[in-house]
Formats: sequence, structure tokens, C-alpha cells
Amino acid sequence: MLLTYVPVLFMTGFITVVAIGVLFVSSLVRPKNPYAEKLTSWECGIESKGESNTGHYKVHFFVIAILFILFDVETLFLFPWAVILGDPTIATLAFIEMFVFIGILSVGLVYAWGKGALDWL
Amino acid sequence: MILERLFFILFAVVAIAAAGGVVCFKNPVHSAFSLIVCLLQVAAIFVLLRSPFLAVVQIFIYVGAVMVLFLFVVLVLDIKKASLETFPGLKRWPVYVILPVMAIEFLIVIFGKSFAHMQMAEAGAETTVEVIGLALFTHYLLPFEIISVLLLAAMVGAIIMAKKRWN
Repeated sequence: MLLTYVPVLFMTGFITVVAIGVLFVSSLVRPKNPYAEKLTSWECGIESKGESNTGHYKVHFFVIAILFILFDVETLFLFPWAVILGDPTIATLAFIEMFVFIGILSVGLVYAWGKGALDWL
Repeated sequence: MILERLFFILFAVVAIAAAGGVVCFKNPVHSAFSLIVCLLQVAAIFVLLRSPFLAVVQIFIYVGAVMVLFLFVVLVLDIKKASLETFPGLKRWPVYVILPVMAIEFLIVIFGKSFAHMQMAEAGAETTVEVIGLALFTHYLLPFEIISVLLLAAMVGAIIMAKKRWN
């Protein structure tokens, strides 16, 4: 039934309105007194140097993001698996198969770990 | 049915507006956030098409993971330099020819005979997560296991390609 999704829609809409509303109302109420020193970005008390959008970020962030996508796809298959586990006819098979699936992917995790893709710096 | 159509129009209009925002915003971070709005609307359309699992996939993979990747790409790129780059040798007039031709072609396909006999999914014929789970662990068990090998290959490939860069 599509009507069961109406509460989800209402919740999403309500949260969006509240989030925008809070920002809007506070922009009306708050005192406004900006000056150059206040507008600089906060870098733990150290004066910031240069621009942040010149691309001097590590490729490492990117590798972590790719690994995140792959494990995200893996967890996606846990949803249908978890739903059908209550079915006694295929539960055992599905249980074993999922552990084979996770086992193969943990080889990838061990590989990433061994190659130092998870180390910072 | 009328209500459903109304909601479809709402989601579709917001999706198209957000997609326009992706192209038009100057700041790539704003474009990325506009893309998030667009993908959320498409997820809502998937719910209207009675595929709630696909909607979850859309939010989980695209909004959750792919957008993180996009934002990291925005960080890693030198935006200032990239935005100054032009596309030399690319004339604009072919665009004005190709786009209308493609638009007419798509309209002919959509309103032509090929889709006319198609019916919308019957009300209540929802592809639930349970149906997908049953199909996945009975008929498509081997493809399911092959997916894990595929993901493993992607993981190894990503690490090998990135390794060259960080050394």
C-alpha cells in the first residue's frame, strides 16, 4: 500500500521545514556584527593560510570513500537476507551463503588493511 | 490514483529543478547538494512505482555513499583551476542542433507505439523486500555469490590504482 509511506513523506517534509525554519528564524533574531577577524575560518587558534579549495587534499580520502561504497553495497544485501531469515525452509542455506559472501569480502578488507589503505598518513 | 499522479508531478518537478541546479550552480559543493535533492526525489518516485527496496537502495548507495565520493572529488580537485579551464575547439552550434534532434527522438519513442501497450503496475502489486530476498536466495544464489567476488575485484583494483598515487 502506498498510503503506508505517507507518514515517511510527512516526516521528511516536517524535518525539512523545521531545519530551514530554524536557520531562517535565527537569522532574523541573532545580532549581526561581522568584522574581518570574526569571518576568518577557525583553525584551532592557528591562523589559516591560503585557500582550502586548491585541491591539496590527500588521495587517501578518495580511497576510503571507494572502500566505503563497496562495503555499503555489501550491507545492502543484508536487508533482504535479514527479512527472509524467518522462513524455515531456506533459512539455513541463506545463513551459510551470507557468511560465505561476507567471508569473501573480508578477504578484501584484510587485503586493504595489509596494503596499508586503512592507515592514516 | 489522482493523488498518486499529483505526487508524481510534485516529485518529478522538484527532481528536474534540482537537476537543473546541479548544472547551473557555480559552486560545485552546491551542485553536489542539489544532486542529493534530485536523488531523494527519484527515490520517492521509486516508492510510487511500488519498488520500496529500490528507493532504499537509491538513498543508501547514491545519497549515502556516492555523494560522499563526489564531495571528496570536489575536495581533491583544484576547483579554481578547473573552473578557469575552458574547452578549446568546442563550438556551441552543434549543441543547439543535437539537443532538439534528441528531444524529438525521445518524444517519438515515449509517445510512439513501443510504450503505448504498456500498463502501470497494478495497485498493491508491490515488490517487497521479502520477494526480493526469496528470489535472491533461491533462483539467484550463484549471481549473489558472484557479486561478492566482483566487489572484491573492485576493492583490489581501487587499492592498486590508488597505491601508485600515494607513493
